[in-house]
Amino acid sequence: MTEPKTGRETKIGIESVYKIFGPDPASVLDRVKAGTGKQELLEETGHTIGIRDVSLDVGAGEIFVVMGLSGSGKSTLIRHINRLIEPTDGRILVDGEDVLQLDPDALRHLRRFKMSMVFQRFALLPHKTVLENVKSGLQIRDEGRGGGLPKGGAVGRLAGRLGLAGSGSSDIRDRAQAQVDMVGLQGFENQYPNQLSGGMQQRVGLARALATDAEVLLMDEAFSALDPLIRNDMQDQLMQIQNSLNRTIVFITHDLDEALRIGDHIAILRDGELRQVGPPEEILMAPADDYVSRFVKDVNRGRVITVGSIADEYPTVALGEAGFADALARLDASERSTVYVCDGAGRPVGAITAEMARNGQDLTGPIDGDAKLAPVQTVSGAAVIEDMLPLAMKSEVPVAVLDGQGALIGGVPRRTVLAALVRRTE
Amino acid sequence: MAQEFPELLNMRAVRIGIDESFNWVVEHWSETLEEIFLPVVHLLRAIEDFLLWMPWYVVIAIIAAMGFAATRNVWIALGLGLMTFLMGFFGLWEPGMKTIALMLTATLLAVIVGIPMGILMSRSDRVERITLPVLDIMQTMPIFVYLIPFVMLFGPGKIPALLATIVFAVPPVIRLTNLGIRHVDREVVEAFTAFGATRRQLLFGVQVPLAMPTIMAGINQTTMMALSMVVIASMIGAGGLGYQVLQGIQRLEISRGLLAGLAIVFLAVIFDRIAQAYGKRMQQHLHLGH
Ligand SMILES: Nc1ncnc2c1ncn2[C@@H]1O[C@H](COP(=O)(O)OP(=O)(O)O)[C@@H](O)[C@H]1O
Ligand SMILES: [Mg+2]
Repeated sequence: MTEPKTGRETKIGIESVYKIFGPDPASVLDRVKAGTGKQELLEETGHTIGIRDVSLDVGAGEIFVVMGLSGSGKSTLIRHINRLIEPTDGRILVDGEDVLQLDPDALRHLRRFKMSMVFQRFALLPHKTVLENVKSGLQIRDEGRGGGLPKGGAVGRLAGRLGLAGSGSSDIRDRAQAQVDMVGLQGFENQYPNQLSGGMQQRVGLARALATDAEVLLMDEAFSALDPLIRNDMQDQLMQIQNSLNRTIVFITHDLDEALRIGDHIAILRDGELRQVGPPEEILMAPADDYVSRFVKDVNRGRVITVGSIADEYPTVALGEAGFADALARLDASERSTVYVCDGAGRPVGAITAEMARNGQDLTGPIDGDAKLAPVQTVSGAAVIEDMLPLAMKSEVPVAVLDGQGALIGGVPRRTVLAALVRRTE
Repeated sequence: MAQEFPELLNMRAVRIGIDESFNWVVEHWSETLEEIFLPVVHLLRAIEDFLLWMPWYVVIAIIAAMGFAATRNVWIALGLGLMTFLMGFFGLWEPGMKTIALMLTATLLAVIVGIPMGILMSRSDRVERITLPVLDIMQTMPIFVYLIPFVMLFGPGKIPALLATIVFAVPPVIRLTNLGIRHVDREVVEAFTAFGATRRQLLFGVQVPLAMPTIMAGINQTTMMALSMVVIASMIGAGGLGYQVLQGIQRLEISRGLLAGLAIVFLAVIFDRIAQAYGKRMQQHLHLGH
């Protein structure tokens, strides 16, 4: 299903970015560009390579996943986008604008309105309630325009009690409440973070980031600290939110399953270098090098490969318009052993198989409502193959694959499912 | 046979030089300085007068109530009230109130000066590198040494006693403010930077509130150090319980020294209990309790 989107609009452009940590990064940049290795550079000069020559295009409205083992430079890379880290060399463009050229005010504006971030260990204020935490991102930017009282300090609290805390405060409250509802935390508004489970705390972090309506969401291992089940829930929720809000999300993870599950595009980093970038199925089916293929070897393919991507074309006949003779002729003409019978809307209602002919069933006359057809199981093309496994096992005929409207797009016989599950890419 | 240490420099001349230059400062600046610090003396007097103006049973009730508010424990509250009562019972009510006033004023001023200094220190590694050894010296220098310049500048009295107490008591609050802010969770600071917070917003919205339990511990230590200074400060005219101890020494009256000493211990227990319990409650409130 995930076809490479052609002509997608670039939201964030990362151009040949280098980041070197150490006393004098500029002095060793030339050596790094000439290809000195990470270990060698560290031993000889005491500098660490964080990022080496990475270029990426993040499309507007997509979930772009950056994946790599611990220490591969993921956190360093994502922190370049909102300039929590300055690159040693290279450019970072957001909506075509060079972030590195922004003065402090413009940078603050970018951080307040265009981007927000979710952190691995949640980074919530422990002395504020859930609702106050969700509000905090909005309050930061309100201060510049409001009364200028420091929010959150004693003065701010006093001002809040006296009802002086800026004109926008009820608006902020409403927006924060809406986000709390959206992530499913209603009823917990007045709890403190340490009264919540990890998953709930991260929902607060997510709500805080979403509350600012930022177009870009940066998520650094946002789900890595969560239990697998909760992590699944959060992934689902993120994808749901993404469907309705259409933000651009840069998502960091060290977990390939997670990357494949939620990513529209995936970039793979190793030791600060970009190894491969592409849609999930491309990474899976055509790993660029040994490193990537070792990564994908252990992936649960059943949860990644979609039914639509392995569906084959099958002959069809129209219900009420064709006769059994037509169906048999179609069968002979194709290499398949099944013909699907579809109604006027293209929905499969049954199948005629070569087996039926061999079994001596009466195969004459018209195919209408009374005709004896083999029953057909159906599955959505967007489903992953793990979901259709039980169906495929019990169905005599290939499982029919449907599009969003329920019309037939192809069929998947049992052995295709099994082959897709076990195929190893060399 | 032991060899005498050679005189490498004429130290007598050096000392005379130091003394004379300080004398010059005393001559030319002491009046100005006295005026500058006058409001501080007024503050001290006001607190002192207020404490002595209140009926004794009201003071006892207030201390017991504060004890209860901080600890939520009736027995501790009653204990603190009893200790205050005993202070009056020993005939030491007035010197006791004077000592409390000196402590409160010194602690208040130490906090007002110390927290901003701690904040400054937390923001620059260089300032920290310079300040830490100075604080070390301040804390190891014998207490009496502080008295000399202040007495020279102001003559014996309340101002030098107060200033010496502040200088002696301020290091912990500076140190722990710095430490508290530096140890605030880096990710939280990063998060608020990522949301576009200014340095001031970060400081008052994140760093100071999250460092508060540590800062409170510093304030508590500062209070205790101020209390330990009161005996010494009484030698230069601060009055209060310390003066009673001093008189006990001069007149060789063990009873006077003992009772005044006990009263000082009571004050230490009262302040420590209340400050610590308050710090703990704040920690719970901050949910950093475990
Ligand atoms: N502030 C820093 N100073 C020195 N080295 C750093 C710093 N931050 C990161 N690094 C180094 O850069 C590399 C990449 O780190 P990081 O981006 O945190 O990796 P990841 O997030 O993928 O685990 C590591 O080798 C790390 O040690
Ligand atoms: Mg990381």
